[in-house]
Amino acid sequence: MATQAAIELRNITKTFGHVVANKNVSLTVARGEILSILGENGSGKTTLMNMISGIYFPDEGEIFIDGKEAVITSPKDAFDYKIGMIHQHFKLVDVFSATENIVLGLNEAGKYNLEAAEDRVKTICERYGFEVEPKKKVYTMSVSEKQTVEIIKVLYRGADILILDEPTAVLTPQETQKLFAVLRRMRDDGKAIIIITHKLHEVLSLSDRVAVLRKGEYIGTVNTAETNEAELTEMMVGKKIELNIHRSEPKNTVPRLEVHHIDCTNREGVLVLDDVSFTANSGEILGIAGIAGSGQRELLEAIAGLQKLDSGAVLYNNPQTGNMDNLCSKTPLQIRELGVRLSFVPEDRLGMGLVGNMDIVDNMMLRSYTKGKGVFLERKPPKELAEHIIDELEVVTPGVNTPVRRLSGGNVQKVLVGREIAAAPTVFMAAYPVRGLDINSSYTIYNLLNQQKEQGVAVIFVGEDLDVLLELCDRILVIGSGRVNGIVDARTATKEEIGLLMTKTDGGKQNG
Amino acid sequence: MITAFISSAIPLGVPLLYGSTGEIVTEKSGHLNLGIPGIMYVGGIGGVIGAFLYELACGNDIANMNPALAILIPLLCSIGGAILMGLLYSFLTVTLRVNQNVTGLALTTFGIGLGNFFGGSLIKLVDSDMPSIVLTKTSSFFRASLPFADDLGWFGEIFLSHDFLTYLSIVVALVVSFVLNRTRVGLNLRAVGENPATADAAGIHVTRYKYVATCLGSAIAGLGGLQYVMAYANGVWSNDAFGDRGWMAIALVIFALWKPTMAIFGSFLFGALCNANNYINGLGDATQELFKMLPYVVTIIVLVITSMRKKREHQPPQGLGLPYFREER
Amino acid sequence: MADTTVKKHREPLLHIAKRDDMVWWKACLIRLSAILLALLLVGIISSLLTGEGFGGVYSIMLRGAFGRIFQGKTSLLWRFFQQTAILLCLSLAVTPAFKMRFWNCGAEGQALIGGLAAMVCMMKLGGKMPEWLLIVVIVVFSCLAGAVWGVIPALFKAHYKTNETLFTLMMNYVATQIVAYYVYLTGKGSGIIQPVSTGNLPVIAGLPYLLNILIVCVLMVVLFVYLKYSKHGYEIAVVGESQNTARYIGIRVKKVIIRTMLLSGALCGVAGLLLVAGTDHSINTNTVGGQGFTAIMVSWLGHFNPFVMALISGLVVFLRSGAGKVADSFFLNGSFADIVSGVVILFLVGCEFFIRYSVKIRRGKKGGNA
Repeated sequence: MATQAAIELRNITKTFGHVVANKNVSLTVARGEILSILGENGSGKTTLMNMISGIYFPDEGEIFIDGKEAVITSPKDAFDYKIGMIHQHFKLVDVFSATENIVLGLNEAGKYNLEAAEDRVKTICERYGFEVEPKKKVYTMSVSEKQTVEIIKVLYRGADILILDEPTAVLTPQETQKLFAVLRRMRDDGKAIIIITHKLHEVLSLSDRVAVLRKGEYIGTVNTAETNEAELTEMMVGKKIELNIHRSEPKNTVPRLEVHHIDCTNREGVLVLDDVSFTANSGEILGIAGIAGSGQRELLEAIAGLQKLDSGAVLYNNPQTGNMDNLCSKTPLQIRELGVRLSFVPEDRLGMGLVGNMDIVDNMMLRSYTKGKGVFLERKPPKELAEHIIDELEVVTPGVNTPVRRLSGGNVQKVLVGREIAAAPTVFMAAYPVRGLDINSSYTIYNLLNQQKEQGVAVIFVGEDLDVLLELCDRILVIGSGRVNGIVDARTATKEEIGLLMTKTDGGKQNG
Repeated sequence: MITAFISSAIPLGVPLLYGSTGEIVTEKSGHLNLGIPGIMYVGGIGGVIGAFLYELACGNDIANMNPALAILIPLLCSIGGAILMGLLYSFLTVTLRVNQNVTGLALTTFGIGLGNFFGGSLIKLVDSDMPSIVLTKTSSFFRASLPFADDLGWFGEIFLSHDFLTYLSIVVALVVSFVLNRTRVGLNLRAVGENPATADAAGIHVTRYKYVATCLGSAIAGLGGLQYVMAYANGVWSNDAFGDRGWMAIALVIFALWKPTMAIFGSFLFGALCNANNYINGLGDATQELFKMLPYVVTIIVLVITSMRKKREHQPPQGLGLPYFREER
Repeated sequence: MADTTVKKHREPLLHIAKRDDMVWWKACLIRLSAILLALLLVGIISSLLTGEGFGGVYSIMLRGAFGRIFQGKTSLLWRFFQQTAILLCLSLAVTPAFKMRFWNCGAEGQALIGGLAAMVCMMKLGGKMPEWLLIVVIVVFSCLAGAVWGVIPALFKAHYKTNETLFTLMMNYVATQIVAYYVYLTGKGSGIIQPVSTGNLPVIAGLPYLLNILIVCVLMVVLFVYLKYSKHGYEIAVVGESQNTARYIGIRVKKVIIRTMLLSGALCGVAGLLLVAGTDHSINTNTVGGQGFTAIMVSWLGHFNPFVMALISGLVVFLRSGAGKVADSFFLNGSFADIVSGVVILFLVGCEFFIRYSVKIRRGKKGGNA
């Protein structure tokens, strides 16, 4: 058994239109082994795994399961081969309960019986040490609970080849450790496990072997014990690079934005911001860390005038007038009319920051279309701005009239950040600005944030990668369930410390 | 008086119930089928054609007609026609991913055109003086009700005096409700409508579910058209007589919060509203026309009230109206 | 095939992938072939139903739509342009709403109410004021009535997210009943209002429809400019693409929805005005005749471009009157026209798939010699 690969890919190629997502990829995984697939964002890891799990069908190449050729045309076929995938963006139906999601699509013999299924779910939970309430509705769950449901769903189907796509992106360091323990237990159970990631230390601490992809091409596989971070980085990026962020000391800081005791209730009546207070200083990067969905988005939107607040105040120290302006209950337009130069790069780039179907010029116009007299638009200044940004930030695009949805993730973000910086802000807020970006684009963004800081802008940076937060920011505000759980000095704090703060108030609930 | 009012409201509500049950099934698969009004027309005319041909084959003599065939042939023609329309809709929206609203509206125009075309042609064929085609013989089979209903006073008149399609409509609604909530197929179907990508990843054949749900929904809705002609209208088809019941059926889905059991209640309520103008004394012709507005106004009020409630379980399926393409990037 | 313990699955035969933007002429070619295919199908159906040959059917259709132009008879041609203009006017009216992703299915009712307003003015104020003033009053009230009918669903959509598709649909029937009521009331039970001679739109150059056509042409250009070059048009586009983005840059979404539906309703009112004051000089519940629904499809097929919409309106009117003539000549039911235009529209919406996606047949793999 040990010699035969549980799954083997031979010369897999997949293209989307003109984009080659995977080119001639070959790799193997044995039972009782954890294989990491390492690659930058956009290197084709997810596409490759989607072909094993039946979401896509390869254009060329073969897949072998236990030495025999397999044709996987749909997720159902994949289940038949005992392959289960845990997607990065959870595939769960929000209004269903945990158990309903788990048995979804199954064709078990006998009558449809949710109670019996719930018992089986409980058995699996006990075996691997999961804590999930079978009747709980998914839309009331935390991210780590949802992930647990996904894992149980795959185990329930009897999968013995497991694929996990970026499973740690949304977890705290403690939750990550817990997940890894589970994965190791499964490996010892004889399952073949593939984990997709771009975090090097996770690769090194968890996996037995590492396969590296770069721009859709297969670079090679190495044994984890025989490699190190530098070698893996080189394989992943293709050249030796220094992965350090230059952090300067804050200069001439003055309080620019003071948030006093703000509360915010969302449409479902849940308190999403609970008595939040902090100060953002000019010439400083304030990081915001927290489990996804802990109120980060609402916080930034509250400052930008997009959220109605129940109480509290957002005071802006206007450097031109020296006044303290209250931004509370003002619309974005009114805030701009006050002379407040506030830029905001939202998490949802194509759904909020930009309009995917519009070209770059029209997207530039989003911030400036009201300028100019009369009822007609002025397209000339935004066109110049678009050309300037394309030039300055090296945006790869066929032209200024290309719809932005056609651009790659990194270029979309450059267009958005470029536009927001062009407004010469005094406060610059960015939510997950490097999510989905390759390493080069990520570092471009970090550099831009640092430049803003050096020019005396108050930068607020919401991030998910704690390593980056610790390297880039001056102070880090840790948010949990809409509360400020602490503000730490990024130069002295540790990852574990922040991880504990993230789950401080309701630690019991967040365990998965 | 009250008994007669309630008793006459029930058959009026039946096409609405069929229509909304069919639409619920379709919407649960994530497809807002605005073609339902057209499909109900086709269901109606299908039944008419079937009945017409069978009556013709029996020499227009009721003595030659076999009750089972007299019911089965129109029934199958009606369902067949409706399913063809459903297939057309699914092909366009599921396979070709055309905008659902546009397809639905086009299909409604098309379906009403088909109904009126065949209806008009049949009328011309029999050379009738009236602009309608009369199939009283077939209708008499459809209208057969329980023999002892008349002996039971108001109870009999309200609950037992109706045609079998009326009872079938309630049975269908209850069965649909059971399937949706208590079976594996129902769970899968709801998942397809809520989040097709998730359903797909769970190994559910999304396209197949969408096709089947849409065609089944169309078939159920088509029965509404059949019941209208054969039972309510005594087998008399005249062009455009079915009116806008299809739209009301779609609106009822929102009123019923996507629950077939609620639709039963809702459709009989709407049946009563449609009928109110006939039971209020002393209305002039003009005022009658104003009263006919009632069901639409009530529908609007219902739409507004439903939209003000925000409970998570009362929202339409999340994937409603959105095309699904697996290789979306 | 070698024995396998695992199940053998069939490879998918077709591979469907999203396309990048297609070159415009290729897209046009696909649409054109869809129209031709549909016409071919229509021809076959007609031939089967009528027993007339192919060529005969098409020539009857042409004659039905355009008349005997070559013999110098232009009255049918003018009617063609008039009908195209009315359909185009309704399509133009729903376009701003669609661009904003507001499904205004209420063009029918909005036009009817606009027409009713015109009718009421013509009957009640006719002869009581100078004709030019009466026409001004008619224009104002028609637009106003249409706008009110359009803005009611918009108000609820903006504030409570009430489903506008069904709301506007229901408003159609409410409008129909109001017109029915008015007709019964003034028609003294006859159910018909005799044409009124006051408040008619002026006839220019002796051509009764020319003014209508010119008005719609102007509207077409104005709407094109409004959508493409004005700040309002830009706001409509942003709200339509993403309400989140609109909020983010400080567009007041509610205001835009309400403003745009006022415009959409008012334009429908204009269509009603053209029908009542400019064409029929009377009103009944069927004055708009379902064109409000057809307009939705025209607007969609025209990709919100007023000039393309003009072409499509022309096509639809051609099919309608052409097929009507075929039905007439062979004693078929008049609804034949609905079927014919339905077929062509379904072909046209269906062919968009081939513009947005590419379909490739997968090459079968040779033998399992691995």
